[in-house]
Amino acid sequence: MAIYTEEEARAILEKAMSFSKADACVMNLGGSESGNIRYARNTVSTAGHQSNQSLAVESSFGKKSGTATIDEFDDESLEKVVRRSEELAQLSPENPEYMEPLGPQTYDKSITYVEATANVTPEYRAEVAANSIKPAAVQDVTAAGFLDDGAGFSAMLNSNGLFAYNKSTNVDFTVTMRTNDGTGSGWVTRDYNDITKFDAEEASAIAIDKAVMSREARAIEPGRYTVILEPAAASDLLGRFRGAFNARTADEGRSFMSKEGGGTKLGEKIVDERVNIWSDPLHPDVPASTWSGDGLPRKKTQWIENGVVKNLAYDRYWASQQGVEPVPFAANMIMEGGDTSFDEMIKSTKRGILVTRFWYIRSVDPQTLLFTGLTRDGTFYIENGQIKYPVKNFRFNESPIIMLNNLEALGKQVRVNGNLLPYMKVRDFTFTSLSDAV
Amino acid sequence: MKRRNFVQLAGLGAGALMVPSAMMGNNIAAEALLEPGLDIATKKSLADVALNTARSLGASYADARIGRYLNQYVFTREDKVQNVVNTESFGIGVRVIANGTWGFASTNDVTDAGIKKATQQAVSIAKANSKIQTEPVTLAPVEAHGEVSWKTPIVKDFREVPVSEKVELLLDANAAAMNAGANFVNSALFMVNEQKYFASTDGSYIDQDIHRIWPTFGVTAIDREAGKFKSRDALSAPMGMGYEYMDGLESEKLKSPAGFNLYRNSYDIIEDATTAAKQAKEMLTAESVMPGKYDLVLEPNHLGLTIHESVGHPLELDRVLGYEANYAGTSFATLDKWKAGDFKYGSDIVNIVADKTQPHSLGAVGYDDEGVKTKKWDLIRNGTLVNYEAIRDQVSILGQNESHGCCYAQSWNDVQFQRMPNVSLEPGKEPYSVEEMIKDVEKGIYIAGRGSYSIDQQRYNFQFGGTVFYEIKDGKIVGMLNDVAYQSNTQEFWNSCAKICDEKDYRLFGSFFDGKGQPSQVSAVSHGSSTARFNGANVINTGRSV
Repeated sequence: MAIYTEEEARAILEKAMSFSKADACVMNLGGSESGNIRYARNTVSTAGHQSNQSLAVESSFGKKSGTATIDEFDDESLEKVVRRSEELAQLSPENPEYMEPLGPQTYDKSITYVEATANVTPEYRAEVAANSIKPAAVQDVTAAGFLDDGAGFSAMLNSNGLFAYNKSTNVDFTVTMRTNDGTGSGWVTRDYNDITKFDAEEASAIAIDKAVMSREARAIEPGRYTVILEPAAASDLLGRFRGAFNARTADEGRSFMSKEGGGTKLGEKIVDERVNIWSDPLHPDVPASTWSGDGLPRKKTQWIENGVVKNLAYDRYWASQQGVEPVPFAANMIMEGGDTSFDEMIKSTKRGILVTRFWYIRSVDPQTLLFTGLTRDGTFYIENGQIKYPVKNFRFNESPIIMLNNLEALGKQVRVNGNLLPYMKVRDFTFTSLSDAV
Repeated sequence: MKRRNFVQLAGLGAGALMVPSAMMGNNIAAEALLEPGLDIATKKSLADVALNTARSLGASYADARIGRYLNQYVFTREDKVQNVVNTESFGIGVRVIANGTWGFASTNDVTDAGIKKATQQAVSIAKANSKIQTEPVTLAPVEAHGEVSWKTPIVKDFREVPVSEKVELLLDANAAAMNAGANFVNSALFMVNEQKYFASTDGSYIDQDIHRIWPTFGVTAIDREAGKFKSRDALSAPMGMGYEYMDGLESEKLKSPAGFNLYRNSYDIIEDATTAAKQAKEMLTAESVMPGKYDLVLEPNHLGLTIHESVGHPLELDRVLGYEANYAGTSFATLDKWKAGDFKYGSDIVNIVADKTQPHSLGAVGYDDEGVKTKKWDLIRNGTLVNYEAIRDQVSILGQNESHGCCYAQSWNDVQFQRMPNVSLEPGKEPYSVEEMIKDVEKGIYIAGRGSYSIDQQRYNFQFGGTVFYEIKDGKIVGMLNDVAYQSNTQEFWNSCAKICDEKDYRLFGSFFDGKGQPSQVSAVSHGSSTARFNGANVINTGRSV
């Protein structure tokens, strides 16, 4: 078992630290147990189990650092890895951006670990596959899915006395349902820390419905449309927005957040005032570790408030250069929802497109955060307040900034990929061409 | 791919540079990369433990892969070294067929006991999964090769070149870019050595030593007043070569029609970084493209990615059959189109071959990861779809009895599966230079280097950007363009291929971290071509104001 308790992790790290002769030393210990099952063509294709553990030791002399790793934790191995990191440090060039290790910190207690998820068995995974395949087969639909679950821990100790520990569990599930005539495709995604919240049958039924409903899609002209984005689609695009909150690239003048004439967009209104985005490691629906990789405590952080940029992320080095406090990067993304129901969004739409998800999103222009990609697995035309018929997939070229300025309505929040995002209705979303892909 | 499958090693360009975690291992000293691995006799006896255990447990087939994967990565920015990483990963993967079903297990405990345990696990997984198996595995026959070996024919082993020399070269390239007016530059060197030993119950014991290298950089120029920035990435290609790729030989340089140099089997990083800085600055004021129809003249280091996405992926047989439906997707190139025998994938001059033996390519090996001797085969001949990319457990579906030899696993820890071989466009048969091609174009755009790329899950609709764009008017290059992307449909695009330059212009493009599968695995693959012309492509303008 590679999941050590806080006490076990601390004991290993303290033992290893006792061998250190460097000016400074930072040790990271981690381990995970994970399992998966993959199915396609209505049958299981692969199943696997992985167990990993590793200790990384970074020793520093002045501004020269070296890192060595090892996966065995007996005394002899611990001493060996510390000595090796010290040898590597002596051989390394100086790092002008080297920062002394942080002193002891106080962290909130995280809520990322759920025992039930750590106890998932191969039989449970096989049952998930069966619960997905069986209902598909009876509807002349073919299922292809993937379930990946795991438990892990990470712990850190440095020579200035900082100790941090976290353990977490995760389960990720996706399934693509395709009608056997090849004209319809549906998809669903689910992710949780707590496996007991997961219902494979319920999720699979949504994907099957979408597959059946999306058969024989019609081609309509690309152009600017009002879109209703399901949270998975919103997440696909807004997830790309996160990287823009890097203070360093903004200060350096090579980011969307850089301002004309110098400076950054911190404090500027960049999107609709109904947009509020924050991160919070203690949110019960999307919990995350309460400390970042460099040992900084993670707290609730507002990134956009009423459309205004409230914070940029500073690592410790860049914060020291700019004379500000470091702000760790967000571990999750939470966007405030609204009280417009999904039905109301459809009813209030004269002419629009309902999007299940986006696919193959790539950056086109980092200056404007322009991205391209396609709709996939369930795209529908809405007219006069009703979903009329499935439509062929579109390619889009759009920026989340433009999208969040064209906001019409916000709905219920849903967890997608560790983030919490609402249904949203957006006007003038730019579709540039049609795709025949199903 | 999920973010947690990546390790952040350094900031490159505006974003962070992430390396797939499978491309890592235990950190070691650079000198330790040169330590010898196990000798062949020991590897053979260890592999036999797996094969014999599998047989005794009732497996009808087994293979064992003992892998030692060595990586060295160097990262710099401007005048600073950000990171030097040396890693080693060592272990064994055992794959079996029991009750007509695959099973796989791996371990880093490479002892008789460890291997026996992993083999037992593989057999028990196979037997457990066989209960819900509806399609028993059928393997195409393979020749018993006996004890054989293969090595990437390298001139300079990267492991023997001191780290200081590599760091100095990157810092020199950075300095050249800064002197030429860049505001920022990040550069990196990726070097990989796969030492793989394969043994199977079909009678093969294969020892292979594979080398790959990828130098790259991103140069940024900034106009603070206008609040604008532009980046120009390296025009290098990742290659299946040793450190000799960094020699910058004059004989391997080609002049682009826009005046800057392009590189074949030898790369001059200092020269390219200098050009990059000048071009990034020029981009800040270059004209924004007028959207519309243009004839595209696509340079090999650009066209390679288009070949990869619109030919390489759709012809992977596992995609065609639906095994990748939940992730990468399926394919428009369905079996009925192939069976018809007249599916016009491209115009008559389009000949596309798969080749796992091509010198200097990333995909070149002597034998694939299931012991099949590698070869070259046609995918598209005279514009018609003629074959797919398939491995031992798939080719029978095509009515063929010989695997194509393109099975690969990213490490000993992962199960091998069908991966894209090198897929390349044959050069034009008639003598025809890039200069002549430009002369023949009235209204067009010359595109060099890879850029933004996106394609749908069945590989119909795509959009590609590039590294640099030049407008062609009445047979001449008239200036640089910005904000260019072309959108097309795979079949329409390849049928618009009007001309292909001759073999003098032929070069390789490469993709170092191509992802596929769940859990995702990376693979490295090359795509060769000469500069080619595509008529009447739809070009959009990607400029926006926000």
